[in-house]
Amino acid sequence: MDFDVLSFYFPKYAEAFLLTVRIGWLGIFLSIVIGIVSAFVIYFRVPVLSRLIGAYVEIFRNTPLLVQLFFLYFGIPKLGLNISAETCGIVGLGLLGGSYMSEAFRSSLGAIPNSQKESAEALGLTSVQTFFQVILPEAWVLSVPAVVANVIFLLKETSVFSAISLMDLMFTAKDLIGLYYDTTEALFMLVVFYIIMLVPVSAAGSILEKRARYKMFGE
Amino acid sequence: MDEILNIRGISKKYEDLVVLDHLDLQVRSGEVVVIVGPSGCGKSTFLRCINALEKVDDGEVILDGKVIDPQDKHLSKVREKIGMVFQSYELFPHKTVLQNLVLAPVRVKKMNRKEAEEEALRLLERVGLLSKKNNYPRQLSGGQKQRAAIVRALMMNPEILLLDEITAALDPEMVREVLEVVLDLAKEGRTMIIVTHELPFAKAVADRVVFIDGGRIIEEGEPKDFFEHPKTERLRKFLHSFTYE
Amino acid sequence: MGFELLLKGNNLGRLFGGLAVALKISLLSVCISLVLGTVLGSLMNDRHPLIKGVLRGYLEIVRIMPQLVLLFLAYFGTTRVLGINISAETASVFVFSFWGTAEMSDLVRGALSGIPSVQYESSMALGLSDLQTLVFVILPQIIRRMIPLSINLITRMIKTTSLVMMIGIVEVLKVGQQIIEANRKIDPNAAFGIYFTVFVLYFIVCWPISRLSKYLEKKWEA
Repeated sequence: MDFDVLSFYFPKYAEAFLLTVRIGWLGIFLSIVIGIVSAFVIYFRVPVLSRLIGAYVEIFRNTPLLVQLFFLYFGIPKLGLNISAETCGIVGLGLLGGSYMSEAFRSSLGAIPNSQKESAEALGLTSVQTFFQVILPEAWVLSVPAVVANVIFLLKETSVFSAISLMDLMFTAKDLIGLYYDTTEALFMLVVFYIIMLVPVSAAGSILEKRARYKMFGE
Repeated sequence: MDEILNIRGISKKYEDLVVLDHLDLQVRSGEVVVIVGPSGCGKSTFLRCINALEKVDDGEVILDGKVIDPQDKHLSKVREKIGMVFQSYELFPHKTVLQNLVLAPVRVKKMNRKEAEEEALRLLERVGLLSKKNNYPRQLSGGQKQRAAIVRALMMNPEILLLDEITAALDPEMVREVLEVVLDLAKEGRTMIIVTHELPFAKAVADRVVFIDGGRIIEEGEPKDFFEHPKTERLRKFLHSFTYE
Repeated sequence: MGFELLLKGNNLGRLFGGLAVALKISLLSVCISLVLGTVLGSLMNDRHPLIKGVLRGYLEIVRIMPQLVLLFLAYFGTTRVLGINISAETASVFVFSFWGTAEMSDLVRGALSGIPSVQYESSMALGLSDLQTLVFVILPQIIRRMIPLSINLITRMIKTTSLVMMIGIVEVLKVGQQIIEANRKIDPNAAFGIYFTVFVLYFIVCWPISRLSKYLEKKWEA
């Protein structure tokens, strides 16, 4: 491996890295917002809306992000709506992630035993108080492992952004391979930057999960 | 003594299964009523109908002269007056013992947090749990959890306390520490309806014992008569099932 | 809007052909993953520190490396770095099996850890060997939990195959792109209809499979 090549590549990857991280985390933030709202709508069985959300979740969970992005980026503008590649990446990741986050929050809300609700109501708490004081905090802790898994999944999914010509890590790698043929160095840097991007998140996720498990089950 | 709870002809069905069949029960202030009966006889359902955790199909529950309406928007106001302790404790796992205790007084009764905490500490001391005030439920033994759950119900100063098989999930050596708390409450004059399988305890704590089988009250009476001179064959059989002679 | 193009020539047929390529790669990878993953997952509780360490490392790589990066490594890495020439399809099957095996083994490990140790002890007490215990006592208990999860892995595999277009395999999305390119002059807005169709195709394939998985999960839960 040629060290000069690596140091020549470094700033290009660093720039791509920042772009990938920015779009990735904005998308994840959006997905959590969508997920929470969707889970509430489904949990409270809001008429009509809960059906629509249900359909949205099914559609986005059962199609690949790459296809979703192609449709958003190349298809939608033909209707006269122009979206920048970056917005498209954030929205696409947010919609995909929202469908996964929604499932995570919904199932942890559903996993709180009914007896917890009953005991809160027997104490005289109203159903609104019961939801915010008892059900929601418990469900929040319970959803940690799934949310962590989703965050890692979504960060990995950012690798397809190059397909809609966002200059992310994959794009940079492909570009440099095409230009200079230093394949080994280009791929090495690609792996290194994904490690930088995901290892801290994976480690932080494990700690969070451990804490949540302790909080809920004391083990 | 004045009557505080009047249950009139309540019935409950799950699909075709009749769980409660026109049950009547009156409870006077300060009275301890113990309900016994075989598993699946409807005694827990009966208790859950009183604070409208289950909706009755027929009949009514009258507390302090007012009918409890399960459809009432202000049902939580009524439930403030009825404390309930569950078999599975149902402490809130994300809150410490102290936080569990002050949640309802602060949120429901709008009690000052400091006052609520003082009251909580006083009651915790009484049941021997003062040192556990900042522990999470998972750090307590079953008996400790159940004592904390009783205190949580007491915090609302309810007019009547419903205890639903509160020792059924406990290891035998922990049963006593919980039942002693209940005996103490009885001495203090708390009105209680207790569903239990602990017959010696029932004998010690009850002013009146009620035997339910098949969703109906089969027999009731003072503990001494009830256990020593059962009048019905069904009660005799039930009591006999606890002996090994 | 591009929908008319579907009926032109053999375009619809070509899209289905692309879909078949994607399905072939994913089903092949699923089969390999199911077998290897079950074996590996059973080994995962092995106490041998070396086996444990290697498996841990393998799982962690799969956990944090995007499949597309692995695909690049397998395809460009082998041809240009190691000098071995493997086809894009072989590279894809290799990478997806590498990934799927890890996922599957983790599922098996998770299911196994849910079996109380008394189950092992009681079958040992009956005189069964380790392997007999696994095959006759433990695996049958987890199979109902594993089937829905394995089916779920199929849909995930199918969705992931869309990535192979990035290393030049002509699957359904790539076919769509080609159709749009070829008809740029006639129908400049074709991207909407064609990509919508691809979207729907993926959904039609994946949705029934995930419904089946959910249905079985619910049915066998009780």
